[in-house]
Amino acid sequence: MKRKFIEEHIFRVLMYLSVAIVLFFVLNVVVSVFKRGIPVLTWEMITSLPGGGFYIGKEGGFLNAIVGSLYIVGASTLLGLVFSIPVVFYLNVYLGQDSKLGYIARLAFDVLFGIPSIVYGAFGFTVMIFFGLRASLLGGIIVVALLIIPILIRSMDEVAKTFPKDILEATYSLGATRIETIGVVMRQIAPAIATATLLSIGRAIGDAAGVMFTAGFSDSIPTSLSQQTATLPLSVFFQLSAPQIEVQNRAYAAAVVLTVIVLILSIGGRFITSRFARNKV
Amino acid sequence: MQTLRFRLLKDRLTGRLMLVFTMLSLLLVVGMCVGLYIKSAPILHEHSLGELLSASSWKPLKNQFGFFPFIMGTLWVTGIAVLIALPVSLLMAIYLMEYAHSRVRRYVYPLLDILAGIPSVIYGVWGTLVIVPFIATHIAPRFAHGPSSGYTVLASGVVLSVMILPLLVSLFIELFANVSDELRESSMALGATPWQTTKFVVLRKTIAGIVASVVLAISRALGETVAVLMVCGNLPQAPRSLLDACYPIPALIANNYGEMLSQPLYEAALMFAAFILFFVVLVFNLGSRMMLRRMSKTA
Repeated sequence: MKRKFIEEHIFRVLMYLSVAIVLFFVLNVVVSVFKRGIPVLTWEMITSLPGGGFYIGKEGGFLNAIVGSLYIVGASTLLGLVFSIPVVFYLNVYLGQDSKLGYIARLAFDVLFGIPSIVYGAFGFTVMIFFGLRASLLGGIIVVALLIIPILIRSMDEVAKTFPKDILEATYSLGATRIETIGVVMRQIAPAIATATLLSIGRAIGDAAGVMFTAGFSDSIPTSLSQQTATLPLSVFFQLSAPQIEVQNRAYAAAVVLTVIVLILSIGGRFITSRFARNKV
Repeated sequence: MQTLRFRLLKDRLTGRLMLVFTMLSLLLVVGMCVGLYIKSAPILHEHSLGELLSASSWKPLKNQFGFFPFIMGTLWVTGIAVLIALPVSLLMAIYLMEYAHSRVRRYVYPLLDILAGIPSVIYGVWGTLVIVPFIATHIAPRFAHGPSSGYTVLASGVVLSVMILPLLVSLFIELFANVSDELRESSMALGATPWQTTKFVVLRKTIAGIVASVVLAISRALGETVAVLMVCGNLPQAPRSLLDACYPIPALIANNYGEMLSQPLYEAALMFAAFILFFVVLVFNLGSRMMLRRMSKTA
């Protein structure tokens, strides 16, 4: 056989192998977390707050962390959307295709997207100290919002960039001003907004390094923005480092809850991109 | 009906407001840079930059801040991660774009989504459940001299490599998609096999983009905190082999944020660590993103 065909075969095998490796890793991560966590997961853990002696293995659950995570994720996503939708609109409707500012701004969001969450956390922490604030729900919300804004903007902009300019021109010709085209534009990029939102919720709920500094940790559900709050990833992290097996079990159970949430989000994201693209021209 | 003048005013005002939002994000990059620098200035006054980076003794209470072990830890872990992830992701991307049927792609993409969406802490849990025990019972007894807990450079590298895989694959896929089919077809028409076409046409055309993607993945790996923190062993020493414990920079920041307020220089030292991280990631990101932009425009 010719050398080139042998080479072809070798690389084909290597490719199958690498695909197999990746599939193995995906399954291995999910299955091993489930296998360890599901047997020890109880309803009580999801629905109750940490009781007395929680960290030496006594009764209680991690409802504080679930609710804390939901507060942070909900508020920061809302904040992120309020900030990022106007930016995407501005970049794509107000600025032209080859605007210098557009280029620089997009580059900045790429860079912000790449900055590790621990740096956001450290930076957020110093800013909070500067203003005399302590770790709190509000601090966590703001840092997570900063973290997800680049994700929101980048993934919405990706779609908005392909938005046909004819539609804009058609609305202009009917006498609309630039801001008045927002209804048309929004309808076109609606699926992108939905996927971007799910993507950033996934990122926000899984982030630990950013909230570690800024949101702190607490055993109760916060009742005001200035209180510290627990989050799911940190609850996994802290409980796993405890020596007692009962506490570690709860960490694995919390890991299952977190994984399930993230899986639902990522499958939902795919579903939305494939189904809700109907309004698209 | 609103008057035209009012509508135009509204148009301009909202435009201004949105411009402010956009500028704020630019300011955030600059603000982070300046803020972290100011915060780390005290330690730069006390010790020279070269001394901080090359000294290996980390005893904050005795005023010794050597970052060398942490920098080496970061480099080792990142190096291993890229070494594992690069060939796997490159071959996988080639398979998906050059060989596989689009139906295969439809089934594989969601799996990559899942891999990309799994939070850092879950990877850490997975590492402690699977990778660390595997290294402790199977790999370390065979290669290490003493007993190993499994919390090693190797464990961190493997966990990190799985975390950067989806990023690399998606960047490569985008690059390959930009290579025009005509080039592939002309190569095939000359009698090249699909692999030869990949090697001589697709890879050659995208090599700059591949380098940029790897740089981007490196910068992602550099900042990864919680997963690595959970499997790296957290010993402030420069690792000498794959089976040594290590202590990368993000883990250093995360582990000590509580104590640092007790001593001003300690805080400055940790902020300096954050500043190093920020600066390296900033430079890497700027370079590789500009390169990738240029690639997608000319292709």
